[in-house]
Amino acid sequence: MPVEYIPRTRELYESYTPYRWVENHDTPPWTPLTKPIAKCKLALMSSGGILYRDQPRFHREDTSYLLIPKNATQADLDIWHFGYPTGDAKSDHNCVFPLARLRELEAEGVVGELSDPAFSFMGGIYSSRRVRDELAPRIADELKKAHVDAFYLVPA
Amino acid sequence: MTSAMDITRAVNPPRAVFVNFPLGHQTGKPDQPGLQRQIVRDALRAFETIDKPGTIIELPYVWDPNDRRWEETDYTAGFLQERPAKKDADKAEAERRSRYAGVSVK
Repeated sequence: MPVEYIPRTRELYESYTPYRWVENHDTPPWTPLTKPIAKCKLALMSSGGILYRDQPRFHREDTSYLLIPKNATQADLDIWHFGYPTGDAKSDHNCVFPLARLRELEAEGVVGELSDPAFSFMGGIYSSRRVRDELAPRIADELKKAHVDAFYLVPA
Repeated sequence: MTSAMDITRAVNPPRAVFVNFPLGHQTGKPDQPGLQRQIVRDALRAFETIDKPGTIIELPYVWDPNDRRWEETDYTAGFLQERPAKKDADKAEAERRSRYAGVSVK
């Protein structure tokens, strides 16, 4: 059975007012994929707090995002996030940020094109309103500017 | 993708793929490129196969068929290491950034 994180969050933070999780009851917005993924331009996005070289670490409630060059290697990357154990992800970023795997799949033609750069933010943001009003629209603009067909958001 | 099924059901995004692994391992285990690649391929395939908004596909990967204890402790008290003191965190951050001093941006 998948772990239930909502009750566990409530327990972990029981001295705080219970968190009001986002609930969307309407049918989600839907854009069908009009061509095979092998013909699509895809952007990779991570909420796991990925950093490239000397980019400064995130802080709590940080609604900024970072640009991660498509050819970044393990040595170029680090992680800052307070909400999950980052040890394995630091030793191999592909655990939460499969950039190397996507480069390979692009070379093999499984995905049409991997967009450059990839995007990173730190998902430990209490205010869903700030994500909706500050972070999401700016990333959406970046994706439109890059003319991507789809984006692949990987959480941690 | 999603690492928390219950949270994602509430959010109700257009499409999602779930892997039942501990937090911090959504696209696989360290130094297992074969597994990582399979997960990413399955996620890419889901772009083509999901045709109903709100669908969440659960991939069949099992973290460890002989040990499900992680499911009891993931995101419970003590599962995160003690946070370093600000002074130590700032020092580590300065050291990390200085490693790239003089490295040209690609």
